[in-house]
This record gives sequence, structure tokens and C-alpha cells, in this order.
Amino acid sequence: MQPDPTTPLSPAEIRDLRCVAAVMIPASVEYRVPGADDDVIFADILASLGRDLGDVRHALAVLQRLAGGTFADLGAARRAAVADEFRAIGGASSVALGRVILQCYYRDDRVVRSLGLEPRPPFPKGHTLEQGDWSLLDPVRARPKMWRDAP
Amino acid sequence: MNEMVDVLIIGSGASGAAVAWSLADTRMKILCLEQGDWMKQSDYPSNRRDWEARVFGDFATSPNVRARPTDYPINDDNSPIKVVNFNGVGGSTIMYTGHYPRLHPSDFRVHSLDGVADDWPIDYATLEPYFTENDRMTGVSGLTGDPASPPRQPPMPPLPLGKSGARFAQAMNRLGWHWWPSDTALATTEYEGRAPCINLGHCTPACTQGAKASTDITYWPAAIRAGVELRTRCRVREIVTNERGMASGVIYHDAGGIEQFQPAEIVILACNGVGTPRLLLNSVSKQFPDGLANSSGLVGKNLMFHPYAQVYGYVEEPLDSNRAPPLCLWSKEFYETDPARGFLRGYTFQFGRGVGPVTEAITSAAYGLLPWGDGHHHAFRRLVGRRIGMSAICEDLPEAHNRVTLDPILKDGHGIPAPKIDYTVGENTRRMMDHGIARAKDILTEAGATDICVNSPILYGGWHLLGTARMGTDAQRSVVNEWGRCHDVKNLFIVDGSIFVTSGGVNPTSTIQALALYVADSIKQRLATLFD
Repeated sequence: MQPDPTTPLSPAEIRDLRCVAAVMIPASVEYRVPGADDDVIFADILASLGRDLGDVRHALAVLQRLAGGTFADLGAARRAAVADEFRAIGGASSVALGRVILQCYYRDDRVVRSLGLEPRPPFPKGHTLEQGDWSLLDPVRARPKMWRDAP
Repeated sequence: MNEMVDVLIIGSGASGAAVAWSLADTRMKILCLEQGDWMKQSDYPSNRRDWEARVFGDFATSPNVRARPTDYPINDDNSPIKVVNFNGVGGSTIMYTGHYPRLHPSDFRVHSLDGVADDWPIDYATLEPYFTENDRMTGVSGLTGDPASPPRQPPMPPLPLGKSGARFAQAMNRLGWHWWPSDTALATTEYEGRAPCINLGHCTPACTQGAKASTDITYWPAAIRAGVELRTRCRVREIVTNERGMASGVIYHDAGGIEQFQPAEIVILACNGVGTPRLLLNSVSKQFPDGLANSSGLVGKNLMFHPYAQVYGYVEEPLDSNRAPPLCLWSKEFYETDPARGFLRGYTFQFGRGVGPVTEAITSAAYGLLPWGDGHHHAFRRLVGRRIGMSAICEDLPEAHNRVTLDPILKDGHGIPAPKIDYTVGENTRRMMDHGIARAKDILTEAGATDICVNSPILYGGWHLLGTARMGTDAQRSVVNEWGRCHDVKNLFIVDGSIFVTSGGVNPTSTIQALALYVADSIKQRLATLFD
């Protein structure tokens, strides 16, 4: 029987989700960024499941089946192998799981700053766009008419 | 019972707004019924930190994904291209990107010139004054002098080239191929009370700045000031006819879900290429057993989408990315027919600028460019901000098997049968897409891009919904006449993309709105003999 799609993830599912988030995007000393299992980022992931909850739950069930038990209890090498297998299977639920992790990770202030971007919404500040060199159009302007007249 | 109106318009999008505004000067009593709500700019995604994520939720382009109460479902399982639209005041202009070319003169004469499909019953010259009027009302930015497009005078200067545009321009010049700054529906200066674009970079899922010309901020304020009534959250179920075979009004569900009858002297359909045939096919009676205005059997047939062949790659230098409107340039190098290319008709290249970090991560993960694990961060930094790409907007020819029908099971929230799409990409279009992909790769290579990705056809790329109630002089081979009146029902008009005879190879909104203004003018000129 399928669980109610509005039922929150169980503690075991949450533990697996956090683990797969870390496998997907680990912390990096080189780039000075947290992993996707960081407390703040993971809290955002959980709060943002919304309409993807059902797909994420299904993806976690697939992951658990591939792991032969709880994904989070596997050793690092086995986790990586199961994750590879999970990605290879693909499907809508796998895509949804990846998306909820990525969309929260890449809006975290620390991560956005590490990319050289400002952590803010586009509005109201906007951005500056350079005009560019309009003399590039000169050879195009010199071309003869290209569109056809019609009877 | 509701009071009789002179003109009832169904749908408040690109065409419904234009026809309402134009007819307002007749002083007739005009009512527009819209199934969606007025939109608020403060609700739009670019106000919030989750601005990118919302395109996968309440600002998804597909009504099936978005699933707002104001949307209706569409069964598009049997189509490689999914229908995208928006339901609200302004219709799909709320969620279009604002690329704003016109059809070419040759697009109205495809049979005479190229021996395919049918000629339109009107020509470019007929529409030209309406294109100009619509450019003024919409507020179009662009540049005169394009050798590949008919002459026009956009009222505002074009969007800046930026880094991305300059990179494309240099590559195109080296290849000797045409390019030009796109005409857009984005205000580049203050215009009629609209603020100019400040490069929010997130134009498609609604413009918070109000720089993009959605009709809720262009035509509608003027139409309402002129006396037109716009009633929201009113979903029309069917058009009702009388014993004389004339439309007598419509049955709609109001905001409370209550069925109402709205009588009208004239009914104008403006629901575009899926919504319009859906409503006609749902309007069955003894007199019209196959759906209203369908004696030709062509209602819903000849659906044309414009399959988009998207190609993009990555360069070393950071470019404009999401920090500018996605619109940039167009190329019409391959627009007019050259049989040596292996297909007839042609396509426009619509050049883009890039995407934000979340979109980059999600699409690159799906494409296999972004690994999980230790290599993730390094790979992402080679991608983010460095995307450069374009789409070939390919002309789709009318084919009767590409069609909108009614789904026998699927219904909307009011129990009204939903539309079902059956569509395949035609052979001529397929060859055109292949050509576009090959040329796009040439351009990207010339621009220094690597890791070239092809997304063709764009799955959620059914923006342009055309041809399902086409225009013509022969009642057996068309649904409306040469000025938009249904052959079968003399007080029923259609003004949206469904009356296109062929699709051209450009985004259609400018032409849809010019057609709506033209039909409105035709009505005004014939008021005394309108139903003859």
C-alpha cells in the first residue's frame, strides 16, 4: 500500500536523504563550501519537498532496495556504488530527488558567494548589462535584402 | 440572469486584450471572461531567493506541472512536445520571453512560393498597419535596418549586446551569416508608464519590474479605462446557440463554481490553439453535433507547435548568464526557402544568454555533465556562468493528424472535458531541425564553445499553439473566413493563434496580436452588415 503522499518522511527516510545529499555534493575544503548535508542546507531541503515529496519518497525506496537495507548504514565505498547504480536507473523520482537537493544547495548564501555571485533575488537590484560594440553590425547592415517579397 | 452584452470575449491573453481594446471605441457593451486571476508582480519568482526553483512548481510553464486551480489539465502524453501556457489576466504573455518578430511576407504565400500547405487569405501588407499599432501599444524594442526582415520602426532601442551577444556576433561575422538584435517586448526605456528593464534575467516566469509587455499592463488598463468589463475566475464551459444557428451566449462557472449563462450579441474566442478548439468541441448541440463551427471537420486539426531545436555549449570566459534578459539576437540566415538545404521553408535562430546556478546544476546533472561526489564542485565551476546557446525555431507545416481533441476521461476542476494532443514532428520539420542543429554546432564551435549539448525538440517547448481553426475563403477547407468570422456561425469570431494557416518560423505573438487588431477593425467596418 502506498503511503499518504502528504505524510512527512520518516526518520529513517530522512537519514537516507541526508546521506545521499552528502554523496551527491560533499563538502569541499578547496572551494570552502559545505556539503548538501549541512544543517542549514538540509533543513531547507526538508522544508522544500512540497509537491516533490511523493517522488522523493519513491526514490528513497529505490535507494533502499538497491542498498539491501538502510542506505545510510553502508560503508563509503558501497554507498558510492549504490549511488552510481541509482543514477543509472534514472527516472522521474530520481530526477526529482536530485532537483530538490540541487535547488536548495545552489541558493545557500555560502555556496552562492563561493561562485562569485551575490546571494539575493534578482529584484529589485537587477544587474548591469554592457552595451557591447555595435560596430559589429556593420557587415550585416551592408548585406542586400534577404527577405522575399510575396505576390 | 446576467445582462446581455454586445460583445463577449473569452480569454484575456495576447489576442483577447488587443481585440477588447480595439473594439472599446465603438462604445458597445463589452465583457471579457477570464478563467484565471489578476496577477500581482509582488508574487513573481524574481522577488524571492527561491526564484529559480519556482519554475518547477507554481511558475512551471506546463499547466500539468503548475496545476493551479485556474489551470486546466492537458493530455499531451502522445506528443514529444508538451503544451505550455498560462491562465490569468494577460494569458501566456505573463509567461512568455517576449521575443517579438513578425511573420514575413513570404509566410502568407507558402503554396504560391514553395508549393506546400496553403496560402493565407490575407497578406503581410494587410496586416502591416496593425503590426505597427501593436508595436506601439506593446512597446517593442529593436533596431531598424535589418536586411532579413521587413521594414519596421520599433519605438525603443534594442537590448544591449552584452558579452554573450558580442561573442555570438563575432562568430556570426566570421561565418558570414546574418544576425540582428532581436525585436523584443521588453521596455529598454521608460515607456507609457512602464519601467525599463533592469536585467532581472528571469523574464519568462513573469517580470517583477513590469518591463515585459504582458497584456495585463499594456492593453488591459487602456481597455478598462475605455469601459470594457473584465470578469476573472470565470471558466467558460460551452458556447450556446439559438434556433437560427447563431451564438446566443455562453455557460460559464463563476468564481464560486456556480454555472451562469451570459447572453451576448457577438462572441469572440481568444483562447489560443488548444483552448479555442477545446471550447468549440465542447459546444455540441443537435444543430452542431460535431462541435461548433466544425462543418469542415477542421476544428482542432493542423496543430502546429514550432519544434525548438536547442543547442548550447560552454566557453572559458564568464558571460552574461542569468544577469540579463535571456533574449539577445536573432538570425534569419536560414529563414527563406533554399531547396538545396533538403527541406522547404525555414527557421529563425533565437540566441540566448545563459541560466542561473540552480538551473545550470539541474540541467547539467540531467545531461551527465555534472558528477556526484568529489568531482562535483570543480565540474560545476567550469559550467556556471559560461553557457552560450541558441534555439532553431522551426516552421511546422499543417498536418491534419496533428490535432486537439477531447479526452474521453480527463476533466478539469469543473468537470469540463480536457483537451488531448496527438502530435508528431513532420519529416520536413525533422530535416529542418537537423540542419539547425548542425549549423548551431558550427556557430558554437566558432564562438569557442565546448561540451556542446543538444536538446531537440525541447520537451516543454509547446509555447506556440497554432492552426487548429484556420482561416480561409473556402468553408469546406477552413473554420473562419478571411476576417475571422466563423463560416458556420455568423456572430462567432476567432482572433487567436488557432486561425493561423501556416506557422512561419518565428515566435507568433506579434502576428497573433496584429491579427486580433485586424479582425477587430474588420468588425468595426462592417457593423451594419456584420451578420450578413
